[in-house]
Amino acid sequence: MKATSPYMQDLTRGIIKENPVFIALLGMCPTLGVTAFIVNGVGMGLAATAVLIASNLVISLLRNFIPPQVRIPCFIVIIATFVTIIEMVLQAFQPVLYEALGVFVPLIVVNCIILGRAEAFASKRPVIRSLLDGIGMGIGFTLALFILAAVREILGHGTILGPDPDSAIHLFGANFEPMALFAQPAGAFIALGLLLAIVNLLFKRFNIN
Amino acid sequence: MEKLLSIIFIYIFVENFVLQRFFGICPFLGVSRKMETAIGMSMAVVFVMTIATLVTWLLYNFILVPFNLTYLQIVTFILVIASLVQLVEIVLRKISPTLYQGLGIFLPLITTNCAVMAVALLAVRQEFSLLEAVVFAIAASIGFSLALIIMAGIRERLELAKMPDVLQGSAVTLVTAGILSLAFLGFKGMLTL
Repeated sequence: MKATSPYMQDLTRGIIKENPVFIALLGMCPTLGVTAFIVNGVGMGLAATAVLIASNLVISLLRNFIPPQVRIPCFIVIIATFVTIIEMVLQAFQPVLYEALGVFVPLIVVNCIILGRAEAFASKRPVIRSLLDGIGMGIGFTLALFILAAVREILGHGTILGPDPDSAIHLFGANFEPMALFAQPAGAFIALGLLLAIVNLLFKRFNIN
Repeated sequence: MEKLLSIIFIYIFVENFVLQRFFGICPFLGVSRKMETAIGMSMAVVFVMTIATLVTWLLYNFILVPFNLTYLQIVTFILVIASLVQLVEIVLRKISPTLYQGLGIFLPLITTNCAVMAVALLAVRQEFSLLEAVVFAIAASIGFSLALIIMAGIRERLELAKMPDVLQGSAVTLVTAGILSLAFLGFKGMLTL
């Protein structure tokens, strides 16, 4: 890796090198739970990104005012506030997505990525760097969800842009019989396991780390 | 009675929290390496989940709903869970230091165990009565423990198995979880509420 400014590093770190899903194995529950369709996966990724950026920003601003003994409860309250806001926004403007994501929307509050970045990064760094870190990690999370959802939707349903029949594009002809396994929970585990193996293989091949 | 029994059966087998609903995957992957820690974690989760659901249900139905504060649901629930976890941590450190050492980092992480939060949220969303909510929490946590303990048993043997090194660690654990989930798929549709 060539030397780059710390700002650039903060932004790009989360996308591939320290990808929260593929490398750090954080935020597994939404990763597996909402990725039956690409739309849901990316929607969840963007919602979590919004919360991550906002909470990184506020926690970084308040880092000198929060007493270290009670920092975790403070972080949780800040994160929960933003999750409540996102939940209301989704309910108002994206009701279909809100229904599809179900209980995983309030569960963004217990997404380990967000608390992890607050504790490990934003509580110790200046505002701009925390903001960039939030954006980078958010992109990394959304990217991982997109890849897993793409594999599962294409193999499990044979479509992209489903489940809404108006926007769904069938990739294969009428004779296509989808691999129902990948639409099932079992398929999510297997697809993610194999994706992790592929990521390990690529990292080894290109000597990243 | 019939409803209580079906809640128990559904949330242990049909809608197993880990293998079918994807709640609590982090501890499922993190502490399933050894049987001993898996059992300790399971007991901690059963305890925290049951109490957390009891407290959050009471708070929701007797404070948040009457005062029209339901938008504070997420904040109150997570705070109740976080303080309960602290309590369990203090008690465990006193009673069983070895278990406390074994659970290590994962005890505070019950706070971010989505299974606990999910039980509390779903108990309210499905409009369970207090008794049903508590039974639901116990059943869900037993389902979680069942998956965790089965997985620990498998992983203890998997350690010795030969496999390509890119698959080692989390990748093979996830594939194993997939096959386990496939087995639980056999219960699908057996019973609904």
